[in-house]
Amino acid sequence: MNVIQSFPYIYPELILVAGGLLLVLLDLFISNKRLLGYGAIAVLLLSLLPMNPYTHGAEIFNGMLIIDRFSCFFKIFTVLVMSLIILISQDYKSLMEKYRGEYYSLLVFLAFGMMLMASAANLLMLQLSIELVSLTSYLLVAFNKKDARSSEAALKYYLVGVIASSIMLYGMTYLYGLTGSLSFHDIFSYFRDGTADSVVILVFMLMIMAGLGFKIAMVPFHWWVPDAYEGAPTPITAFLSVGSKAVGFAVLYRTFMMVFPAFYSDWSSLLGVLAIVTMTLGNIVAVSQHNLKRLLAYSSIAHAGYILVGVAIGYTNWAQEAILTYLLTYYLMNLGAFIILIIVSNTLNSDELEDYSGLAQRAPGLAACFALFLLSLTGVPPLAGFFGKYYIFAAAIEAGNSNPFSYWMAVAIAINSVIAAYYYFRVIRQMYLVEPEDMGVIRQPLTLKLALGLMVFFTVTLSLYLSPVAEFIRQTSSMLTWY
Amino acid sequence: MLNYTNLIPLIPLIPLASFVILILFGSRMKEKAAYVSIGAALAAFALSVPGIMMTLKHQSVHMEWIWLYLGDRPIKMGFMIDSLTAMMLFVVTFIGSLIHIYSVGYMHGDKRFSRYFAYLSLFFFSMLLIVLGDNLIMVFIGWEMVGLCSYLLISFWFERMSAARAGMKAFLANRVGDVGFLLAILSFFWMFGTVNFEQMAEKIHQYQGTMLVIPAVLLFCGAVGKSAQFPLHVWLPDAMEGPTPVSALIHAATMVAAGVYMVARSFFVFHGNIEAMQVVSYIGCFTAFMAATIALTQTDIKKVLAYSTLSQLGYMVMALGVGGYIAGPFHLMTHAFFKALLFLGAGSVIHGTGTQDIRQMGGLMKKMPITAWTFLAAFVAIAGLPPFAGFWSKDEILLSTFNSPVPGHLFLFAVGLFTEALTAFYMARVFFLTFLGDARDKEIHAHESPLVMTVPLAILAFFALFIGLPGSPMAGHWFQHWLQQSFPYMHAHEIHLNFGVMGASIFLALSGIGLAYLMYIKGTISPDKVAQSIRPLYIYSLNKWYWDEIYGMFLIKPFLWSTNALYAFDVWIVDGVVNGAAMVARGLGFLQFIFDKYIVDGIVNLFGWVTQKSSRIVRLVQTGIIQNYILLLVVGLALIVWFKILENMHAVL
Repeated sequence: MNVIQSFPYIYPELILVAGGLLLVLLDLFISNKRLLGYGAIAVLLLSLLPMNPYTHGAEIFNGMLIIDRFSCFFKIFTVLVMSLIILISQDYKSLMEKYRGEYYSLLVFLAFGMMLMASAANLLMLQLSIELVSLTSYLLVAFNKKDARSSEAALKYYLVGVIASSIMLYGMTYLYGLTGSLSFHDIFSYFRDGTADSVVILVFMLMIMAGLGFKIAMVPFHWWVPDAYEGAPTPITAFLSVGSKAVGFAVLYRTFMMVFPAFYSDWSSLLGVLAIVTMTLGNIVAVSQHNLKRLLAYSSIAHAGYILVGVAIGYTNWAQEAILTYLLTYYLMNLGAFIILIIVSNTLNSDELEDYSGLAQRAPGLAACFALFLLSLTGVPPLAGFFGKYYIFAAAIEAGNSNPFSYWMAVAIAINSVIAAYYYFRVIRQMYLVEPEDMGVIRQPLTLKLALGLMVFFTVTLSLYLSPVAEFIRQTSSMLTWY
Repeated sequence: MLNYTNLIPLIPLIPLASFVILILFGSRMKEKAAYVSIGAALAAFALSVPGIMMTLKHQSVHMEWIWLYLGDRPIKMGFMIDSLTAMMLFVVTFIGSLIHIYSVGYMHGDKRFSRYFAYLSLFFFSMLLIVLGDNLIMVFIGWEMVGLCSYLLISFWFERMSAARAGMKAFLANRVGDVGFLLAILSFFWMFGTVNFEQMAEKIHQYQGTMLVIPAVLLFCGAVGKSAQFPLHVWLPDAMEGPTPVSALIHAATMVAAGVYMVARSFFVFHGNIEAMQVVSYIGCFTAFMAATIALTQTDIKKVLAYSTLSQLGYMVMALGVGGYIAGPFHLMTHAFFKALLFLGAGSVIHGTGTQDIRQMGGLMKKMPITAWTFLAAFVAIAGLPPFAGFWSKDEILLSTFNSPVPGHLFLFAVGLFTEALTAFYMARVFFLTFLGDARDKEIHAHESPLVMTVPLAILAFFALFIGLPGSPMAGHWFQHWLQQSFPYMHAHEIHLNFGVMGASIFLALSGIGLAYLMYIKGTISPDKVAQSIRPLYIYSLNKWYWDEIYGMFLIKPFLWSTNALYAFDVWIVDGVVNGAAMVARGLGFLQFIFDKYIVDGIVNLFGWVTQKSSRIVRLVQTGIIQNYILLLVVGLALIVWFKILENMHAVL
């Protein structure tokens, strides 16, 4: 489709760009930054209107972008994540009031970048959109300018990111040199005709995997995660652990499914091994963490490992549904946990586990919500997190006949769930069984309570009544492919 | 279009919403909290009415939704209203609403007023789940939740040690039964692949005879716990520690009847399953008889009623056991009305006099006329005098027992008849001692209760007197035909009146009342002399057959002893193992740390040393740990590429 015909397909993106620019402008005149935050949420929600999750799919801008159900799912997901991130930033104390307008508009642009990532179908587009998201993320991680930890985290994140990104770019240039095209479709056709030396292509593919693995925090590209998570403003940490990771998975899955189907056996087994290593390492290191942000950082590495199992299995419907379901449940419970962290750190200025002692006595509601999220993260049935794990597990078992390695992945998931229970329960134990040191009131601002309420409500609802969501995912998970 | 079927979920959800509101904002609402709860109860009642009306037209309503997919297999949940459910809906929402209203007067001034109503709403929600659920899982969820509410409400005044203990006891006894219930659900799921009642009833013919005995008995275990049958009956008398309206609603009219409902609902498992039916009927009969003998000598008005409830529940269970699948639920309904009324009347008396001991009462007829007359209505209903409610349902039970296929049914019949006489006697004793004669304790200045309490009493009295009539021969056994809809797998048979059974039952009821009259009004027979002459039996009954002592000696003591032993085991062995496991996990974490610190850092430092010496530019980038990360990233990738290439080379070669 040519440029003119393509415009109707990118209304959501256009709304975000226009809205983001408007916010920058309004920031000059409006001193009540809270309004800008709500404006940003409104812009995000507005972009939902032109979306059609049941679209038949189209390649637009001469094949630069693909609009299909899969990309639409991730666009909706982006809106859900980003509007919640803005909502929980409203009362996050550590942000400087003066720069909040900037902060909200950056988040809107970030959403724009994520949407482009979700539908990129050209290596150039892919690189550009990932850079847009990454650069904005670096800025946001560094947003607590006065806090040395924030700057340090941003620097580390940036440096590792740049390396990963350049490795990927390097791989892309070779791919271009080999095939003469940047378009997913052309590269796919080139491989299908099977004239290339497979070992060389394999190396290029792995280089691209490195760049994408950085985004989803896959071992061994995860080293930045704990430091960046710990130093960043907590809402941004929440974003990194859910939003950035989710679109990272979207891109990873799309790229491998659309460009490299010819090398399935190679990347499937490799991603499988990396999935097992990722979840195991994340879980084992999380056991010895005393800072909750770091703990959740390692736990998010572990969860990336579980989702990676779905990617490794690849082509079955089950795997696709499992990835999307897992991301959705993970969104609810992980963001929920971060909201608790924000509320507590607003009052206590600390994320240390020992400061959560006796939270059940100081703020019983808060502790109960946190316990709910932690149990869901552990995967205790019948909570939402259980279904996410169950779907991944079932996908692995189902693929077992064609891909014997997937049994090992299933076993690894089972073992890892047990390890994970150890450190999640440790937090619950701290809240419920250890006596509090002081009984000061924990302030719970309305926006955070609202966000928390939403997360609890949907976690519980999904636990009791998953089928409409499962049905939606079943219908939207189809992806445009050429084979 | 607004379809009634889609509104069914609202019946339980409205009380749930009321619970949420009250638990969050109740303390600010003070006594206005009651309006929310009463409103929810009435709304549930109003919403049930169309469903009940539909069953009167011989239709049933069924809605279901897909709960979740396990792979491609949908797991369904659903609500169903057929005549059995309609009967329960009527009992629960109607009596429940009245008790809500009554509670406003009874709980007036309590410091946890709103909390009380929050719990009542939660109970309503859970009870409606049991009643409406179309499968065992849903019933089980409701089942556990009513147990929780019962626990919360029994120990509502937890400052009293006895109340706290009673709550615990009820909870524990119920758990024992629930284990059986859960095992039964699992075995049904294993056998039928579903726990939906309709689907199970369709598939039941695949399994005949002995295969069903154990699952059926396990299922009955759940009912034994919830409906307080021997040997798990011990919790119900203690449950009277809760507020009296709770005793009326939960421990007389609805929750304790849930066991009977559940057995009736899954009657297809018991039908033709003689061994299981025998277990059910004998346990029911024994409970009925045992509890009635205890009720004879109790002096606490609520205790008498509690044992009477046990006894009547035993009756219902016996009815189901002998195959009276209509008689049991029928008695459940009539009993719900007159027993709720008895408890509320007792509550009114306690409210007016401040005591629960019937020896201190007497002559309350003049001071509390409404309470007294409504109590009288309940008394004639439970005693089984025609044409009042209890007569018809008890007659139905006795008749089913008389015609039962269960071996030894004539023995059961005889015990049932005798228990009927005992029932009439102890109820007459309570009524006479409380309301007639002269006031024995001059200290007590009784007063009639407020309207908010007496109006529900009057309404209940009307139903207690006449609710049995739809099941009487005069109405052509209309009720029985209506209820038959819920048992499509049973062959409906004509009910033949047996005037012999009827006459015997009336005679025994009258003689029980007559004996009480002679003992407590005329005084021709001295109760003390009677007690003296059969002293061992009297003491045995007064001490409730020593069940608590027996359980204490043979269950609780050894249990406590074994927990201590196990505790020691825990401390020495299990903790050792657990600590060992924890140490392994910690060790792994530590190894990772060591790896990070020495190996990784070592490599990094080595490279750092090399690079430091070799290049100024690299030294500028060397900001500490970050280089470490980047290096690992690159080395990691290099390793992956290396392995992949090797693997591919092998494949090529």
